[in-house]
Amino acid sequence: MFIVLTLVFIIVRLAPGDPATLMLGPDATPQEAIELREDMGFNRPIIIQYADFISKVAQGDLGKSIFFNQPVLSILAERAEPSILLTLFSLGIAISIALPFGIASAYYRGTLLDQSSLTSAMLIASIPSFWTGLILQQYLGTELGWFPVSGYGGPGASFGERAYHLLLPSLVLGVVNSALILRFTRASMLDVLTEDYVRTARSKGLSEMNVVLRQAFKNTLIPLATVIGLTFALLISGAVVTERVFNLPGIGSLVVGSVLRRDYPMIQGTLIVVSGVYVLVNFLIDMIYLWIDPRVKY
Amino acid sequence: MNDISENIHQAKLWKVLIQRRSVLFGLIILFVIGVFAIFAPWISSVDPNSIAVRSRLLPPGTEYWLGTDELGRDIFTRLIYAGRVSLTVGVGVAIISSSIGIVMGLTSGFFKRLDAPISRITDAMMAFPDILLAISLVAVLGGSVSNVVIALSIVYAPRVARIVRASTLVIRELPYVEAARALGVGTPTILFSHILRNIMSPIIVQATFIFAYSMLSEAGLSFLGVGVDPSTPTWGTMISNGRQYIDVASWMIICPGVAITMCVLSLQIAGDGLRDALDPKIAKDL
Repeated sequence: MFIVLTLVFIIVRLAPGDPATLMLGPDATPQEAIELREDMGFNRPIIIQYADFISKVAQGDLGKSIFFNQPVLSILAERAEPSILLTLFSLGIAISIALPFGIASAYYRGTLLDQSSLTSAMLIASIPSFWTGLILQQYLGTELGWFPVSGYGGPGASFGERAYHLLLPSLVLGVVNSALILRFTRASMLDVLTEDYVRTARSKGLSEMNVVLRQAFKNTLIPLATVIGLTFALLISGAVVTERVFNLPGIGSLVVGSVLRRDYPMIQGTLIVVSGVYVLVNFLIDMIYLWIDPRVKY
Repeated sequence: MNDISENIHQAKLWKVLIQRRSVLFGLIILFVIGVFAIFAPWISSVDPNSIAVRSRLLPPGTEYWLGTDELGRDIFTRLIYAGRVSLTVGVGVAIISSSIGIVMGLTSGFFKRLDAPISRITDAMMAFPDILLAISLVAVLGGSVSNVVIALSIVYAPRVARIVRASTLVIRELPYVEAARALGVGTPTILFSHILRNIMSPIIVQATFIFAYSMLSEAGLSFLGVGVDPSTPTWGTMISNGRQYIDVASWMIICPGVAITMCVLSLQIAGDGLRDALDPKIAKDL
């Protein structure tokens, strides 16, 4: 995480020219630029700026947004709910599509089902999520009226209403990201289905359902946990674009808006928090390995 | 003798690639898109940015094959010019990220002292979600084709570095590398002639996938308005512009969407085919 912070510090300071002038835009007066430079500490030596940045982050201070004039962390906290729910719903949808099709595809290897699952997975992975989002928004939302077209239900909306607004975006993101999990599930199941213990289970007369789901599938959970972690990172990336398509007030929309407004403290803070969450999820997956397979030791 | 065996290997590789119909299909699609993009000024004599207000939002027909947009610009012309940007970004990112990844991976895998610091940097870079890192880099560097290529190369280089490092760790212990060392062959020669030549297969396959992913990412960045300069036609910008006209001129977003999908799909098919053809275990069964 320390190296992540260092990289964030370097990235934000890669901008050519005076950062204060860049942040304030062309209409700012020289006096305003001087004040911002003082305020943000840009006039101090770079090493001091770095030490100050690390110590502030360690204390939970991610700075103040120039546009919102509020602490970055509190803005991120306000915008976190739609992003977290969108990611979790999408992950749930992706897993619910990928696991049954991945298992069936491996079990019926070489059949039409297998071929069509693999072809669909490859096609789905090639379609830009924002394009699928726009098309489904138009046909399922505007024309058929099955889903809300955009937004998060407005102020004071109940949790049910907010969740309802997330259905279509989650469906788009979930379907697009199910491809990777499907291919991994199929590949892991193919490896496991030829193992001796699966043959033994069959020779003992266990039902096929039991053999496939209890004996074979259980042994694919470790690679699956890894790929679900990978998908989580893809979902965060996908959420940035999907939130923009469906006008969701999440962290994705916030970061794109901050880039367009050149609100560097906001961009810096978002990078730190999102990469921190990603590191945490990877750590949790490492912990899940211990629970899935007692032979794993750290 | 070495040249002869290399030629036989290349001939076998092409045979395996062409025998698989899906790979052949992917390569043909890529070739067609490439030809359209390269020869865009000769294929369409119209300026991709020329405005014809009287011809706005015309559906596909004989005059305008894929219709026109909200400013009366010819969508077919814009599509093939946008293909140039996407392919430039794809090829540029694949080459630059592979080159950076090769240097990082070879150094990290071969020199034990440098392994830990380089691996920690690659791990840290992979902790950022792709598009978020790309957006942030484009935000600080500024929106242009070259800056998008630089940003996406930085995003994808750690993936190549990881693969190269893992392969280098295995190859550096093999007897022929030890023999080269014993014969006094210099480190750069060992790295580039003995190790790199033997790990090119996974690098080529990864570069193909990076080509595809970077085209998707570029389209995403342009769609968000944080990529290439908006006056340059790109598939992402075309979709973004067509968004508000989807109910009256759906061709404005369908055409660029299909173009991105076909391009990425053909690259994925080609990448899968290459992986199988370059894997001696699988290639034997094909």
